[in-house]
Amino acid sequence: MATISLDKVRKVYAGGVEAVKGVSIDIADGEFIVLVGPSGCGKSTLLRMIAGLEEISDGEIRIGDRVVNRVEPADRDIAMVFQNYALYPHMTVYNNLAYGLKNRGEPKDEIDKRVKEAARILEIGDFLDRKPRQLSGGQRQRVAMGRAIVRKPAAFLFDEPLSNLDAKLRVQMRIEIKRLQETLGTTSVYVTHDQLEAMTLAHRLVVLNHGRIEQIGTPLEVYEKPASTFVAGFIGSPAMNLIPVKAKDGRLHLESGEGLDAPDGFGAEHALLGVRPEDLQVDADGAENADALSLRMKVIAVEPVGAESYVHGRVAGVVDDVVVRVPAKAEFSAGAELNLKASRDRLHVFDAANGGRLNG
Amino acid sequence: MVENRPWLTFISHLVLIIGLAIVVFPVWVAFVASTYDPKSMLSGVVPLTPGDQFFQNYYQIFVEGLSSAGAPPVGLMMVNSMVMAMAIAIGKIAISIISAFAIVYFKFPGRVLAFWTIFITLMLPVEVRILPTFEVTAGLGLLNSYSGLTLPLIASATATFLFRQFFMTIPEELSEAARIDGAGPLKFFRDILLPLSRTNMAGLFVILFIYGWNQYLWPLIVTTDESYYTIVMGIQRMVTVPDSEPLWHVIMATVLLAMIPPVLVVVFMQRLFIKGLVETEK
Repeated sequence: MATISLDKVRKVYAGGVEAVKGVSIDIADGEFIVLVGPSGCGKSTLLRMIAGLEEISDGEIRIGDRVVNRVEPADRDIAMVFQNYALYPHMTVYNNLAYGLKNRGEPKDEIDKRVKEAARILEIGDFLDRKPRQLSGGQRQRVAMGRAIVRKPAAFLFDEPLSNLDAKLRVQMRIEIKRLQETLGTTSVYVTHDQLEAMTLAHRLVVLNHGRIEQIGTPLEVYEKPASTFVAGFIGSPAMNLIPVKAKDGRLHLESGEGLDAPDGFGAEHALLGVRPEDLQVDADGAENADALSLRMKVIAVEPVGAESYVHGRVAGVVDDVVVRVPAKAEFSAGAELNLKASRDRLHVFDAANGGRLNG
Repeated sequence: MVENRPWLTFISHLVLIIGLAIVVFPVWVAFVASTYDPKSMLSGVVPLTPGDQFFQNYYQIFVEGLSSAGAPPVGLMMVNSMVMAMAIAIGKIAISIISAFAIVYFKFPGRVLAFWTIFITLMLPVEVRILPTFEVTAGLGLLNSYSGLTLPLIASATATFLFRQFFMTIPEELSEAARIDGAGPLKFFRDILLPLSRTNMAGLFVILFIYGWNQYLWPLIVTTDESYYTIVMGIQRMVTVPDSEPLWHVIMATVLLAMIPPVLVVVFMQRLFIKGLVETEK
């Protein structure tokens, strides 16, 4: 068990590409942190720097009280689960789990005890004599986790461990990872590009973009109050609708003329109004309502997903499609005009120039 | 193929049988020749059925040797060939797997240069560089020794290249996982890379053993002492014997014996080789 702290960590590759641009995070003991972002955002590089597989160009990484910038991966007291599991193909499951302990010179009976215990926790006791190629994807995933558990490390590092599994297994393993982390209470850093995985697993999310932190917070904080348009668009599916508005006389105006009070201290001319698909309601009568913002949308397509449906449509003055979540039973056809309402306290306001959040 | 066309089956088998006959016929003639007395082979008509001198002939070459032909007993030459072929095959594999390991897994200045230098030596087989190689070998006092027979042939660009390609297909995460598991470079090499390369090594061994066994020019140049003669050069010396007819029955018996070790290597290692092809461990 240990805390991990990153202080202005940077990674510059030989070609001058800066993959990580000064990232600082303090991870508490036993915390489950998920690094999330699109591909190329530097999340894997950051994880590999914590693991010691990439050199740190600048800044400091501490595990516990120790600065580990120049410490070999094996001596950092961490364990890593790789995307392709990286099991040793010629060794049995037992030897895969035991290899790291053998290298550390643990006594034989201690190794045996720990391997058996990990096998029991992960329910892979029946496969200990098999080779990795004789296992299914889910079983290999368990073995990879077993290899991490037996070491009893200060921290687990997960590098997109579920992306090679099929959808059903992914949900199952996601729950298992969460349960395991709670049982063992080991500090964990988990990298994923899947926002659903990030939301469900994390104690705190770190949203990365272009090597910088966009936002750190609990999943609900990040969802409820995205710090920027990037976070707003990345977390939540379908993504938040962003509607351009013009500021005039302390109010923000939609193309339709409808307006709302600008946040305090807002001086610029343009802003983006964010509203999540589930915060938009279809309003049959179209009556004016002081507490709500109303929009007119022309339906383009309806996507039923079972429990609900998503209606895609056009709103005057908005480049991208606006998406509305409606109950599955509601029936709309393409070409129909809809009146939409959004409660004013569910609106997000972002700076159009830099994407930053403006309302509290 | 799950096709049922009798004519196709017939023709393809016919082609196979003809091909086989072409390959097997010379071997059969060699065997037949090794079972006659010296005079029968020189009569002008080559017999196609085995004669009755099988045991006498083989007894003669094994135990007495062929002193008039200037060749030591076949047994000794077989041992020499065996030593040379084994040393070349094992040495080549050992050296090339280590150099491939260095080239793939370590970043050092001149790494690319090192690789290309090795690669370029593919263009310089023994025959091309025979004079300088002989000069160096002689200078080191390695003439008439097993080291002289094997060392100059032991570096292999082909094998290095094969191992390099194989190592590059091993996912990088495997070496990273080993690093996290506390395995240093040598431990990783011994515990992970060597076991994974087993089938590649078996395949290469077959090729390199035969390469070493069939060496002719180099042993001919580097040895003058009869006790270091290899079987391939021994056969040649028997054929070009001065002042008498070549003793075909003895030569053919020696040829057959010389074929046995490579055949055994192919038969036994091939099994391992194919097993490796079937059970991919990646």
